[in-house]
Amino acid sequence: MTDRLSQSFPADRAALVAFVTAGDPTPADTGAILDALVEGGADVIELGMPFTDPMADGPSIQEADIRSLAAGTKTADIFNMAREFRQRHPDTPLVLMGYANPMTIRGSDWFANACVDAGVDAVICVDIPVEEDESLGDALRAKDVAVIRLATPTTDAERLPQILNNASGFLYYVSVAGITGQQQAAQASIEEAVTRLKAGTDLPVAVGFGVRTPEQAADIAKVADGVVVGSAIVEIVGEHGKDAAPYVRDYVKSLSDAIRTAREI
Amino acid sequence: MNDTPNSFRNQPDDRGHFGEFGGRYVAETLMPLILDLEKHYRAAQADPAFEEEFNDLLQNYVGRPSPLYYAESLTEEVRKDAPEGKGAQIWFKRDELNHTGAHKINNCIGQILLAMRMGKTRIIAETGAGQHGVATATVCARFGLPCTIFMGATDVARQKPNLFRMKLLGAEVVPVTSGAATLKDAMNEALRDWVANVHDTFYIIGTAAGPHPYPELVRDFQSVIGKEARAQMLERVGRLPDMLVAAIGGGSNAIGLFHPFLDDPDVKMLGIEAAGHGLDKEHAASLAGGGPGILHGNKTYLLQDEDGQITEAHSISAGLDYPGIGPEHSWLKESGRVDYDSATDKEALDAFQLLCRTEGIIPALEPSHAIAAVTREAVKMDRDKIILANLCGRGDKDIFTVAEALGTEI
Repeated sequence: MTDRLSQSFPADRAALVAFVTAGDPTPADTGAILDALVEGGADVIELGMPFTDPMADGPSIQEADIRSLAAGTKTADIFNMAREFRQRHPDTPLVLMGYANPMTIRGSDWFANACVDAGVDAVICVDIPVEEDESLGDALRAKDVAVIRLATPTTDAERLPQILNNASGFLYYVSVAGITGQQQAAQASIEEAVTRLKAGTDLPVAVGFGVRTPEQAADIAKVADGVVVGSAIVEIVGEHGKDAAPYVRDYVKSLSDAIRTAREI
Repeated sequence: MNDTPNSFRNQPDDRGHFGEFGGRYVAETLMPLILDLEKHYRAAQADPAFEEEFNDLLQNYVGRPSPLYYAESLTEEVRKDAPEGKGAQIWFKRDELNHTGAHKINNCIGQILLAMRMGKTRIIAETGAGQHGVATATVCARFGLPCTIFMGATDVARQKPNLFRMKLLGAEVVPVTSGAATLKDAMNEALRDWVANVHDTFYIIGTAAGPHPYPELVRDFQSVIGKEARAQMLERVGRLPDMLVAAIGGGSNAIGLFHPFLDDPDVKMLGIEAAGHGLDKEHAASLAGGGPGILHGNKTYLLQDEDGQITEAHSISAGLDYPGIGPEHSWLKESGRVDYDSATDKEALDAFQLLCRTEGIIPALEPSHAIAAVTREAVKMDRDKIILANLCGRGDKDIFTVAEALGTEI
């Protein structure tokens, strides 16, 4: 399954990695929004698992989690969304992103099996660092589900090899020390970080946190293998609710177009 | 069943695990920082000058050692309802007499000394009842560091005196409106601030929870309670108490009292969670009504649903209103070394008034839960037995809450 993920990072341009919160505004709406991401040109989909205490997220994703949970979204609903997405889009990689407690509450083996069953390619767990990898990573790797690691501006050269050990799928560079949806890092610091990370790994490096405009996405696309956009999409869902899909598609298309031409200039 | 370890006092392991609990479940951005904190804490532990400064401040600024007090009048009152020959002696460790009115200051002194060793120039903290916020604001004023306190908006409303105290001490208080706007949400917001300000900010966590090494270092700083109590008891009565009792929210006052006694097999220990409206209704008893999970950097017992979503706690005491508990308590429960029970809002209110009437001491609502349990236990124990409870805070901050609960206008 990791093949689907590696094939979605083409050599000649950056991939667009698009995040939405599962079940926002209701579980019934997520399918159309996921389709809109694909139609708009997203190469990789990150489906956020809502959590009551998303302490790494800014207000936009916090509010999305609250909307989703208030609408009654359960873990079983999220895997149903993933399973149906996989049937409609057999070639688009799907990554589950979220927090440790909802992922481990039934045991890591249960979660890994549910991922396989639903066609989930990879998992990003925000609050399981390499030091606690055994809580989830072993079970996922045993089922060939990629464990995507995060590197941040505070990850120094000494620590980086630990993060890269057992990493798969792609490496997610969190370009800002902070929470999601806030300011964007300076282009120069992103460029420096990507160069440093790529020296240590053959995995594609995707850069996220604070990316909002097509121009920002294009700038990152010039230096990185992937651009992650989350809060800005989630805000469109927040604004348009059940009618969000066409707005999401148009916005994602504007990002995708910018990324596809970024390296031509 | 569990094998009995050689010592109950050698946790956590070098990865910060207390058995299956504890650990370092934080975002990667914070991970280098907590590794650095651990390194500096180990260096401080090996530095006699650190201990000397800590002890000097505890003695001359906090007012330690706190007295060990035999509550004779309360003991006599409890004996009135006890069967013949029953009614254990009730003793209190008077940590409510500390500067700032609770045990929280012990830990804040230790952590701000660590923060300064690390060269940090800004302090953040979360607070529930406001006691930890006041203690943090106090040490920040004393050492001249700017301080931001995150406090749930619900708690801001019910703990106005402490809010004003923090402001007088120069702290910026940020009301947190997410979730139920209580302690859990204040902790989320403090973590969000920390991750965005890792370069200059030290997070003074108020309870023996969070990512390693916090549960260990908070316990160590609070263990002054148990060390003093153990020495005082030996000096006063020539033996150890038969039972220790302490209230538990996150569990810092309880672990501070218990830890120095853990390898004394004849000393029973009882931690008291907040049963709120009752264990079958809304409560804050993670051990009694929750299960193992991961939140705020550690694996521990949590109030949660089947999907691992955290459920809201309830207690009349803002300081106990938290859906988790320190990981060492989860381990001590599973190992069987410490027993855990609970007291309801109503039982705590009754105990609050009982202590006011019998001893002339207005306790905080947090230790009122422990006092409720002490009165329950004392009537079951022989008269020559000794129960020692931690009176971890004074009740000035709670008089408005208590007045409202009793239907009294002030």
